[in-house]
Amino acid sequence: MSNSERPNQLFRNLNAKIASIPMVLTALVVFVGGTAWTVLYSFTNSKLLPRLNFVGLDQYYRLWATPRWLISIENLLIYGVISLVFSLVIGFVLAALLDQKIRFEDTFRTIFLYPFALSFIVTGLVWQWLLNPDFGIQRVVRDLGWTSFSFDPLYNSSIVIYGISIAALWQGTGLIMCLMLAGLRGIDEDIWKAARVDGIPMWKTYLFIVIPMMRPVFITTLVIIAAGIVKVYDLVVAQTSGGPGIASEVPAKYVYDYMFFAQNLGQGFAASTMMLLSVMIVIVPWAYLEFGGRRRG
Amino acid sequence: MVDVAASPSDAIVLRRDEAGPAGAKPRHALSRRNIFLYGTLIVVALYYLLPLYVMIVTSLKGMPEIRLGNIFSPPVEITFEPWVKAWATACTGLNCDGLSRGFWNSVRITVPSVLLSIAIASVNGYALANWRFKGADTFFIILIVGAFIPYQVMIYPIVIILREIGIYGTLTGLVIVHSIFGMPILTLLFRNYFTSMPEELFRAARVDGAGFWGIYLRIMLPMSLPIFVVAIILQVTGIWNDFLFGVVYTRPDTYPMTVQLNNIVNSVQGVKEYNVNMAATILTGLVPLIVYFISGKLFVRGIAAGAVKG
Repeated sequence: MSNSERPNQLFRNLNAKIASIPMVLTALVVFVGGTAWTVLYSFTNSKLLPRLNFVGLDQYYRLWATPRWLISIENLLIYGVISLVFSLVIGFVLAALLDQKIRFEDTFRTIFLYPFALSFIVTGLVWQWLLNPDFGIQRVVRDLGWTSFSFDPLYNSSIVIYGISIAALWQGTGLIMCLMLAGLRGIDEDIWKAARVDGIPMWKTYLFIVIPMMRPVFITTLVIIAAGIVKVYDLVVAQTSGGPGIASEVPAKYVYDYMFFAQNLGQGFAASTMMLLSVMIVIVPWAYLEFGGRRRG
Repeated sequence: MVDVAASPSDAIVLRRDEAGPAGAKPRHALSRRNIFLYGTLIVVALYYLLPLYVMIVTSLKGMPEIRLGNIFSPPVEITFEPWVKAWATACTGLNCDGLSRGFWNSVRITVPSVLLSIAIASVNGYALANWRFKGADTFFIILIVGAFIPYQVMIYPIVIILREIGIYGTLTGLVIVHSIFGMPILTLLFRNYFTSMPEELFRAARVDGAGFWGIYLRIMLPMSLPIFVVAIILQVTGIWNDFLFGVVYTRPDTYPMTVQLNNIVNSVQGVKEYNVNMAATILTGLVPLIVYFISGKLFVRGIAAGAVKG
């Protein structure tokens, strides 16, 4: 073995370095390089092929003047707020219910979590079927005698994004519940005993003692949900394909369609850079806290 | 202190669930609290199960029954025709060989992707845990932060790279893409696991003259089978369920199952056969569901390990 001689710094620990080549390549070429490349080309007027013909911020001006992009952003905001609020609340409540030393805890947890094992495509198609106005829930309620009942979120452009959120919540709350449950299990039993001795009602203990103690879990969960929100794509494709019209478009779909169908790469790059920017606003402070803090420790 | 009755033995029995104002009262199976608790859980559980039930029921009905009936009612006449059709003859575009093509494509994508990504990430995590070199942590942090970059930012540069190498549109290309994007979470998983293993073990092996690969293969690998199982669960479900990479990096004849499913169900031509669609949907969801129900707690551990770090 040549590395037993250790000719210089470079060959120290050679095997570990060889083993890390995929990581280094991924980190530098794909993550850093790919991102930089996309950001750079978002300032060009690339159409069918990427070209370095700089046009400044033109793509961004055009982006923010495109109704489809504005609808995408609005949908993402609505979807994001709904996902964030409801999955946190439902996830936490379910976790708190499961944490009452109940029987069949494993069964309930298995049921709440199984949708998470399914893909967004499967989720979207099931809910497309359930929300089908001719056969689904609307029809069933109408057949019961309430003939004016109307529940067709996927065919009504003003509420279509809520219909998508229903499916997303069904799929994703199980995960949040599991994270919250892990957090709740991490709370010292003594806290509960102390609260009980002091006669604090249970809901108050949760609200003012347990939840503040679970801050790290909440932050991590928040980051996970936020990262998932921006990526939402398959669900929309499966459920509505962006319709009716362009009412349920989302940014990720905008990027894909402009890159691979409209052959307007510059627009796609600009839109994806905006997505990157929105994620960075969430991630950078978190990464700073997480890794900056760890290095001190 | 008002509650004098709390003897030491009571204090041990005291549990979180007896938090009511009455203190350590014996539990009644049908207390108001229990009715509320289990009632809520059962209603929510039914809600979560409902789509699965409707999927199965719909897939077992004939089309006339679907047109007339109620989506929640069980099938009057059970038929497996839709399943056969979904598997063997459903059409996407000009191909009419059903989902089986997508299934085998997905198998051909998932198996090598899982093996490759885990092989790379486990060695990588091992190097990060036990054989740190200068700069290793920097790359690791880039990797972790990179996991949050929306895929849309990186898909086009990867298209170019794959095209340059000449594997754009092939299954090999997609396998590499899955290995790249599985790397952050898996490396983190393995790094944390190997870091938690006793340092003495590693030192003893080194004293005995074992090298990088020797320690990995003979000590680390056999001792960390549970984490490999967790990683396999994570990757099988993740890669099987992928849609975006499948649609970007493969061609129609190599589409994975999810992409083909979406094309079958959302195709605009022809009469909609909802029973076939639902059978196809279940078929696509079956692999991750089986993995999920078999793995049980390990699945939970996998996602928890992936999500809550440290």
